[in-house]
Amino acid sequence: MRSGPRPATDPRSWERLAQWMFLGPAAAYLLLFFGYPIVKNVVMSFQQYTPTTFYTGAAPFVGRQNYAEILASDLFAKSLLTTLLFTAGSICGQFVLGLGFALFFQRRFPLGGVLRSLLLLPWLLPLVVSGATWRWMLDPDTGVVNAVLRALHLSSSGIPWLTGTSQALVSVILINIWIGIPFNTAILYGGLQEIPTHLYEAAKLDGAGPVTSFRHVTWPLLRPVVSVVLVLGVVYTLKVLDVILVVTGGGPANATETLATRSYELSFQQFEFGRGAAMSNVLVVISLAFALVYLRANRRARNAEEAIP
Amino acid sequence: MKRAPGRGRLSTIVGIVLLALMLFPVYWMVNASLQPTGNTLRGDWLPFHPDFSGYATALRDQGRNLVTSLVVALGSVALSLGLAAPAAYALAQFRIRGTNLVLLGILITQMVPGIVVANALYSAYSDLGLLNSYVGLILADSTAGVPFAVIILRSFMQGIPREIIEAARVDGAGRLRVFCSVVLPVSRNALITAAVFTFLFAWSDFLFALTLTTTETVRPISLGIYQYIGAHTDQWNAIMATTVMASVPAAVLLVVAQRHISAGATGGAIK
Repeated sequence: MRSGPRPATDPRSWERLAQWMFLGPAAAYLLLFFGYPIVKNVVMSFQQYTPTTFYTGAAPFVGRQNYAEILASDLFAKSLLTTLLFTAGSICGQFVLGLGFALFFQRRFPLGGVLRSLLLLPWLLPLVVSGATWRWMLDPDTGVVNAVLRALHLSSSGIPWLTGTSQALVSVILINIWIGIPFNTAILYGGLQEIPTHLYEAAKLDGAGPVTSFRHVTWPLLRPVVSVVLVLGVVYTLKVLDVILVVTGGGPANATETLATRSYELSFQQFEFGRGAAMSNVLVVISLAFALVYLRANRRARNAEEAIP
Repeated sequence: MKRAPGRGRLSTIVGIVLLALMLFPVYWMVNASLQPTGNTLRGDWLPFHPDFSGYATALRDQGRNLVTSLVVALGSVALSLGLAAPAAYALAQFRIRGTNLVLLGILITQMVPGIVVANALYSAYSDLGLLNSYVGLILADSTAGVPFAVIILRSFMQGIPREIIEAARVDGAGRLRVFCSVVLPVSRNALITAAVFTFLFAWSDFLFALTLTTTETVRPISLGIYQYIGAHTDQWNAIMATTVMASVPAAVLLVVAQRHISAGATGGAIK
C-alpha cells in the first residue's frame, strides 16, 4: 500500500477520476436543475423582479419587502389554510381508502391481480386529463354527477360542485383523493406482502379475530411503510398545482387558491417573480419542516419501541 | 386449508364493482369523446352511435401537440437514463466519498416544488434562448425522471453480485467496458421500469409546458388540453377525444409493461 498525495499518475487518483466520470454528469444536472433554482429563488425573493427586469436586467434588492407584502395580504392566510385543508383532506382520504383497497386485494381471489393492476390507471393518467374529465363530470348543469343525483332524487337543483365557494375545495380534494388512491394501494399492498403469514396464523391460534390481528400484527409491522406513504403523500400534495389549475383555476372567489397556485399566479400571470419566489419559498419551508418533524418523531417512536424488550 | 369456493367468487364480484366505480371517470371520458358535437348537453350513457367527429376535430387541432409531447417524452427518457444509469452504478458499486451527499441531494429534490424550478428556469431560459424549445422542455421535464431513475436503478444495481463485475475486471475490461457490456445488460428490467416512468412523467408534465413555453411552436399535449378547455367549452367531445389520445401511452404501458409499472410504483417509494 502506498500512501501520501501523488500527482494524477497515481493509479488511485486516476481511479477516483474514472469513478467521478460516472457520477459527475448526473450530479451536475441535479445541481443545475435543483441546486441553482433553490438558490436563485432565495435571491429572487429579496429582489424587485418584475417584467422590466427582463428588458433592463435591473433587479434591485429590496430586503424583506416581498415577504412582508405576501404575508400581509389577506389572500395569504386564506391560501395557507386552503393548502393545509387540501393536503390533510387528500392524505386522509387517499390513505384510508388506499389501505382499504390494499387489505381487500390481500385476499386471494380470481382476477385479483388483474383488478389490482387496472386500479393503477388513474395514477398513470396525465393530471390534466384527470382534471379535464372531472371538470366535465362535475359541471353543475351538464355533468353526470349531478344528473345521477337528480335521477336518484338526492338533490333537485344539483350541487354547484365547482362554482360554489364552499363546494369547490371539497371537489378538488375528492378529485385528488381519486388520483392518489392507486399509489397508496400499491405501496401499502407491497408492505402487506412483506408480513410473514405465520404471524397471522399464530394470532389466529391465539384466538385473535380480524380486528385484533390487524391491530397487533398488521399495523405494527406496516408502520415503516405507512410512514413512507404519509411523508411522500404530504410532500407531494403540498406542491400540487396541475389539478387545481385545470379544475377550478383557483376559483371561485379564490376558494381553491393554495400557496403553489398563488406562487404560479404571482410569477407567471402578474410577472412579479420576486413575490412569486417568496411565496414558493414559504412552501419549501413548510415542506421541509414537515418532513423533518415527522421523520424525527418517527425515529423517536421507533427508538422507544426498540427500547422495550 | 381450503377456502369455500363461494367466498373467492364473492370477492371477485366486490372487486369488479369497486374497480368499476374507480374507473368510471375513465369510461365517461371515452364515452363523452364518442358523442356527436352539440349533443354534449345531454350525453348518452352508452355510445350506441359512436361519432368520431370529436376525434377528427381533436386530431386537426391537437395532432401536432401530440407529436411534440412524444418527442419531448422520448428525449427525456434518453437524457434521464443517460445520466441516471452511470450515476446509479457509481452509487451502488463504487465506494466513493460523496455518495451520501448525492443521495441526500436526491431526497431533497423530492421536496422541491416544480414551481420553484419553473420560477428560476424561466429567467435563465429567457437569457439562454431556451424558452419554446424542445431542448429546454426535455431538460426541465427530466427533473422528475433523473432522481426517480437513479433511485430505481441504484436499488437494482446494489443486487448485482460483485463477482460478476470483478471477473470482467480481471479479464482486463475497463470500467466503461464493464458498465456497457455487463452492468447494463444485467439491469435490463430496471432500465425498462425507469424508462416507462420517465416517459410517463415527461408525457404528463403540465407545469413546465405552462411556464416555459409562450408560443404555439412547441406545445405539449397537456398544455393543448388546458387551452382547449379555456377556449372551447362547447366542444366537449373534441376535448374528451384529446384527453383519450393523451391517455393512450398510460393505458398501453399499463397493459404491455404491467410488471414494470408495479415494480416502479413500489420501488420508487421504498428507499
